[in-house]
Amino acid sequence: MNIYGIRAIYRFEMARTFRTIWESIAAPVLTTSLYFIVFGKAIGSRMGDIDSVSYGAFIIPGLVMLSLLNESISNASFGIYMPKWAGTIYELLSAPVSWAEALLGYVGAAATKSVMLGLLILGTARLFVPYEIAHPWWMIAFLLLTAVTFSLFGFIIGLWADSFQKLQVIPMLVVTPLTFLGGAFYSINMLPPLWQKITLFNPVVYLISGFRWSFYGIADVNVATSIGMTFGFLIICLTFVWWVFKTGYKIRN
Amino acid sequence: MTSDNTNPIIFVRGINKTYSGGFQALKNINLDIKRGEIFALLGPNGAGKTTLISIICGIVNATSGTITADGHDTVRDYRAARASIGLVPQELHTDAFESVWATVKFSRGLFGKAPNAAYLEKVLRDLSLWDKRNQKIKDLSGGMKRRVLIAKALAHEPTILFLDEPSAGVDVELRHDMWRMVRELRAQGTTIILTTHYIEEAEEMADRIGVIDKGELIVVEDKARLMRKLGKKQLTLVLRKPMTSLPAGLNAWPLTLSDNGHTLIYSFDSQKEESGIAELLRTLSEHGIDFKDLRSTESSLEDIFVSLVHKPTETQE
Repeated sequence: MNIYGIRAIYRFEMARTFRTIWESIAAPVLTTSLYFIVFGKAIGSRMGDIDSVSYGAFIIPGLVMLSLLNESISNASFGIYMPKWAGTIYELLSAPVSWAEALLGYVGAAATKSVMLGLLILGTARLFVPYEIAHPWWMIAFLLLTAVTFSLFGFIIGLWADSFQKLQVIPMLVVTPLTFLGGAFYSINMLPPLWQKITLFNPVVYLISGFRWSFYGIADVNVATSIGMTFGFLIICLTFVWWVFKTGYKIRN
Repeated sequence: MTSDNTNPIIFVRGINKTYSGGFQALKNINLDIKRGEIFALLGPNGAGKTTLISIICGIVNATSGTITADGHDTVRDYRAARASIGLVPQELHTDAFESVWATVKFSRGLFGKAPNAAYLEKVLRDLSLWDKRNQKIKDLSGGMKRRVLIAKALAHEPTILFLDEPSAGVDVELRHDMWRMVRELRAQGTTIILTTHYIEEAEEMADRIGVIDKGELIVVEDKARLMRKLGKKQLTLVLRKPMTSLPAGLNAWPLTLSDNGHTLIYSFDSQKEESGIAELLRTLSEHGIDFKDLRSTESSLEDIFVSLVHKPTETQE
């Protein structure tokens, strides 16, 4: 295994984060703080508790997931798209680096950044709303699993995209709506019966539900199903990336 | 096998490349690169030079065929094959916001080599980049960026170095610095393959020449032999009195009149032992043709290249 290669990619990507610290960390933290001020304090104070959890505390897992998904996708897609765009990808393609090693470097760095950000948002939330974490290890596990899975998904978007517009289109038109409709701000039990069934087709529902369970022990769907769905998506993404590197799709042809 | 100096360091066998749009960039390329040589790959724009290099380096997949680099199959044993190769690309693809030092360190790590600050310092000093090691690449001139790309390619101590159009957009001074560096690398045992538009560069440096045109390798030959084989010599005589036509007695000679009959040109084969000049001068004298000046010229590699590309010969090794 090319350990030095993995380390070089990982460090390169992390250095990029710290070079653009304002965009990478500060902006999502600020945006999430605004959510807490608006939904947690201003509107939340007029909302009743959901399953005995105050509305301000209820939305914390959803908001962390919202940022985690967007940042994981954005970090990883940008990380692999930039070398493609700048032409520097020639070096990665000509290096003795396997697809798994490239993934460990790029996706590892993107997931690290997302987890750092998720923890930072949790810290920021503490300034606005008091909350407890019922299952802290499960919370960390969900955070890691989601960060890795969606960084992989972002990596695929970065491989597929051939313009900056395409890089944005899936996060903006697919992921953000799915997150908003995935129970970030409400329990799916609050929906009409038909929509409760339809919303189960939204994979983000399982992520937010499982993550919220790790905080408050309440879940919209079974926790095991949440974990299973996330692993399923992870395996689909891994298979696709393996196929891309095996066939050279979009990168070696 | 890898340490055997008699075996070619690169074997290319039956390489074909058809891009997804249907364009066939390479047609059945067979090529051996000898260990320790400087090999120049010449060809017009779009001939397939960069595609061939990209396939050997692993950047582009071949449609069919096999390649070994330093004894390793570039697909099955890609790690060892790629670790032996350094590539300086044609375009100035750099990480603009990285420092020179960070980018060469990255390249060394990417190719699986343990950190070695002393070696990287030597590479940067050799390329006159040491003083700029902390500068961001975006702040460097085009020539300096080219040096950075060379430093990156050398960072993992490759035994094979590909230079794709190394002189594109660089000034004369840097070009000469680069030629010096290439010779030094060769002296240290590195095999160098360069593509170039500057035929002068190939003429100056290469041991062997390959000419590729429309995806086909039309010539692979030792440079000196190629120039002897395909080169022509000419004797130009400036006549005292212009002529409108040649006397019948000179019809057997390969002579042409030019410059409105003021100049007589005699073309002869540079490979032949006897040029025939002495006999020609005697014959001209017998016909009362006097001249006031004469000079001989030899085809440059550029002349040979142009004649090959415009009229492909069957010269194959």
